[in-house]
Amino acid sequence: MGRYVIRRLLQMIPVFFGTTLLIFLMVNVMGDPIAGLCGDRQCDPATAAQLRTEFGLDKPVWQQYLTYMGNIFTGDFGTAFNGQKVTELMATAFPITIRLTVVAIVFEIVIGISLGVVTGLRRGRPVDTVVLILTLVVIAVPTFVTGLLLQLLLGVEWGIIKPSVSSEAPVDELIVPGLVLASVSLAYVTRLTRTSIAENARADYVRTAVAKGLPRRRVVVRHLLRNSLIPVVTFIGTDVGALMGGAIVTERIFNIHGVGYQLYQGILRQNSQTVVGFVTVLVLVFLAANLIVDLLYAVLDPRIRYA
Amino acid sequence: MLLEVRDLHVEFHTRDGVAKAVNGVNYSVAEGETLAVLGESGSGKSVTAQAVMGILDMPPGRISGGEILFKDRDLLKLKADERRRIRGQEMAMIFQDALSSLNPVLSVGQQLGEMFVVHRGMSRGDARAKAIELMDRVRIPAARERVGDFPHQFSGGMRQRIMIAMAMALEPSLIIADEPTTALDVTVQAQVMDLLAELQRELNMGLILITHDLGVVADVADKIAVMYAGRIVETSPVHEIYQAPAHPYTKGLLRSIPRLDQKGQELYAIKGLPPNLLHIPPGCAFHPRCPMAQAVCRTDVPPLYTVDEERRSACHFWKETLDAR
Amino acid sequence: MPEQKPWDETTGSGAISGAGAGGGMDLAMDEGTTLEKTPGGPEGTGPAGKPRSLWSDAWRDLRRNPVFIISSLVILFLVVISIWPSLIADQDPLDCDLSKAQEGSQPGHPFGFDGQGCDVYTRTVYGARTSVTVGVLSTLGVSLLGGVLGGLAGFFGRGWDAVLSRITDVFFGIPVVLGGLVFLSVVTSSTVWPVIGFIVLLGWPQIARIARGSVITAKQNDYVQAARALGASNSRMMLRHIMPNAIAPVIVVATIALGTYISLEATLSYLGVGLKPPAVSWGIDISAASQYVRNAPHMLLWPAGALAVTVLAFIMLGDAVRDALDPKLR
Repeated sequence: MGRYVIRRLLQMIPVFFGTTLLIFLMVNVMGDPIAGLCGDRQCDPATAAQLRTEFGLDKPVWQQYLTYMGNIFTGDFGTAFNGQKVTELMATAFPITIRLTVVAIVFEIVIGISLGVVTGLRRGRPVDTVVLILTLVVIAVPTFVTGLLLQLLLGVEWGIIKPSVSSEAPVDELIVPGLVLASVSLAYVTRLTRTSIAENARADYVRTAVAKGLPRRRVVVRHLLRNSLIPVVTFIGTDVGALMGGAIVTERIFNIHGVGYQLYQGILRQNSQTVVGFVTVLVLVFLAANLIVDLLYAVLDPRIRYA
Repeated sequence: MLLEVRDLHVEFHTRDGVAKAVNGVNYSVAEGETLAVLGESGSGKSVTAQAVMGILDMPPGRISGGEILFKDRDLLKLKADERRRIRGQEMAMIFQDALSSLNPVLSVGQQLGEMFVVHRGMSRGDARAKAIELMDRVRIPAARERVGDFPHQFSGGMRQRIMIAMAMALEPSLIIADEPTTALDVTVQAQVMDLLAELQRELNMGLILITHDLGVVADVADKIAVMYAGRIVETSPVHEIYQAPAHPYTKGLLRSIPRLDQKGQELYAIKGLPPNLLHIPPGCAFHPRCPMAQAVCRTDVPPLYTVDEERRSACHFWKETLDAR
Repeated sequence: MPEQKPWDETTGSGAISGAGAGGGMDLAMDEGTTLEKTPGGPEGTGPAGKPRSLWSDAWRDLRRNPVFIISSLVILFLVVISIWPSLIADQDPLDCDLSKAQEGSQPGHPFGFDGQGCDVYTRTVYGARTSVTVGVLSTLGVSLLGGVLGGLAGFFGRGWDAVLSRITDVFFGIPVVLGGLVFLSVVTSSTVWPVIGFIVLLGWPQIARIARGSVITAKQNDYVQAARALGASNSRMMLRHIMPNAIAPVIVVATIALGTYISLEATLSYLGVGLKPPAVSWGIDISAASQYVRNAPHMLLWPAGALAVTVLAFIMLGDAVRDALDPKLR
């Protein structure tokens, strides 16, 4: 087990450098990093030159990259468009997005797995067909469409929820946005659980469990579920990245002042410091989630542990 | 008589038609007796066993006729729950591939102990102790240290022993072993078969040994039933069948065993392939491949003729087959 | 290590995996299936005695599958009106009259007008062209690039495989919508090419993984070993023996991915970083319409509906093809 952990950690290192390099290149080399620092207008040449020196932009690219990496490790992400430090913006934005994501994950797990188990055990029956169609529609319709429609129906037409979330974003206001954010992932979890259960139900070890005279409930819970849920759990873990991407859209629709909102503002105003800072942290979170999932996989499946 | 299967019929409904997997099978096993059921893939030997255990997949499968008398009760007439209680406690089954037949994410101790927890209401601690006892009994070294290990950490032979341990945990009256040694090396095969025989003697269990390997059968079995296309084609006490088979199929099987004094000669194989169960040939199902087939074989299904007191053969020309030896 | 089946990629949810963005994930990923019957290998005989192969079996099933028929027809319709939008829309999508802004449906303008006074019906029809173009071109690019790289990595193994795995890991580490925001925000052109280029850039690893997996599985088949023993060259083995078998999962995933790419383009356009006016895209229209949703919902509903139907058609097609090719799901 220890060897497996170390191997995964070592594999993370080149990936970490590769990803940060990619981000760095996309922002600093393709765009103009100092655009937007002078408010909404272009900077005059003297200020521009001064800013360039200040941010080390006159140095060779590889050196800029090293400075960027150094900044990551010291936690210095620079200044945002409104003068605040980027890290301050992060401190207000991240908790909100985390709350939203947690709501989404809870929906994903509870609804997704339950539906998946029910349909996996009742393949071909009407319940199965209905759920399959529903999940297909949810997956096909882009999240922003679902979000806008729900906002239209629940917020505007029927007035059940507030169409825009207030700036403190308490959990109860985040329920519908959370459901929207979770919707596609939920559909995937349902399908994945369903397939996993249906496949495992035909496995030899299930036949043995039945041959042992075990009651059906025990066969399903102790033998079938334990094996079937392994890919599902790992999927949910790696889904964190998708949720992060989705949060941007959901936050825009419901006007939630989380990470997505800040990121969007940063891009709109071409403030590369904000963009780079938030994206880097998000990607780090994603890599960490991936690592945790790989470790979790080893915990759940002893065959990996002792490979 | 411990187990008596009477005129059992099992069919499978597939999108291409109805596959008749078992077509009127009769066999019996007494206490302490070993019945070997021989046949190629598709002969129906496993399906019959699964029907006896009650673990057939019931859509597509369907038991369309017959009786299964176990300790004088017809299992097919019992309620599902009663049947479940019999499984594991009074009759148990061992499967071919122990690696896929054991749950990969539970330790062997948990899987062995489960029998005691569920059927005897033992606590987990007691069940674990029992599991260690069982592992010792089937001669798995260092049982106490290994009781928490997982199936993939054992060798093939040891895994099969664990399956045997699981089957005999509650001292059932009947054990069905479905090709228990096919996936093992020859030396390990012998060890596992010896273990089975020993346990059977000790507990006076009835044993149904399903295999396609005639060599394994000679040591262990009391009587043999040969199956082809879902029917029994020959039954006999074990020794006589080797010396004088009474059915062309059995004869063909015996001839196919490679022998040391056959150097330089071509290996014999029964010509043709086993029949498609969706379209079993009319008359005697073996006639397309039989060197002795005549016109009557193509039209009349041969009943089980009496060869002598203990032997039966489903061949119109059993006498000629016997004499041709 | 439990076997990795070609479509069972449960680790790494994929660069094109903005679930929340509807950029969507690989549907085929979630079904751990593998092809057991192989076209080039041993074939069973069907009831009539005709030799059956995986492909002919699959086609037989598809022909009778209503989902396949419906989605194929819808896609055919979409392709036709992408090439000749004037067949059903006789006006110019950019011909707008501000005085008619937000008005509802009228004779000659069945879907009403949008915020700028443009005809919603015409814009919706022309939007199909954009979506189909982006979808098809992106998928072609991703399939070629990913298929070739993944296939080679799977075939040659070892070093190539390790390098590919690390590279795909890097790309998988970037959530797609995020990447899109960063990458496309610096682009000023309003044509489809930056969007297509971005999708190909971030989408190829997903196909590469599938291709790699299916090549590895196909490689292990006995008849490939037999071909090698008979002295077949690498290219012959690859083209004649491995590819026909390995290609099926790639086709399934690519079809489904097409749907997700259309969805992704719409999402990026909605966020303002995808296509920009004067390009006509459902995403742009939905974005503009979201402000007027209270008074003039028709502006939102028609392009949104068209988008949903289009993506659904492709994904359903991919689903139907996958079910037909997988004997285990019977």
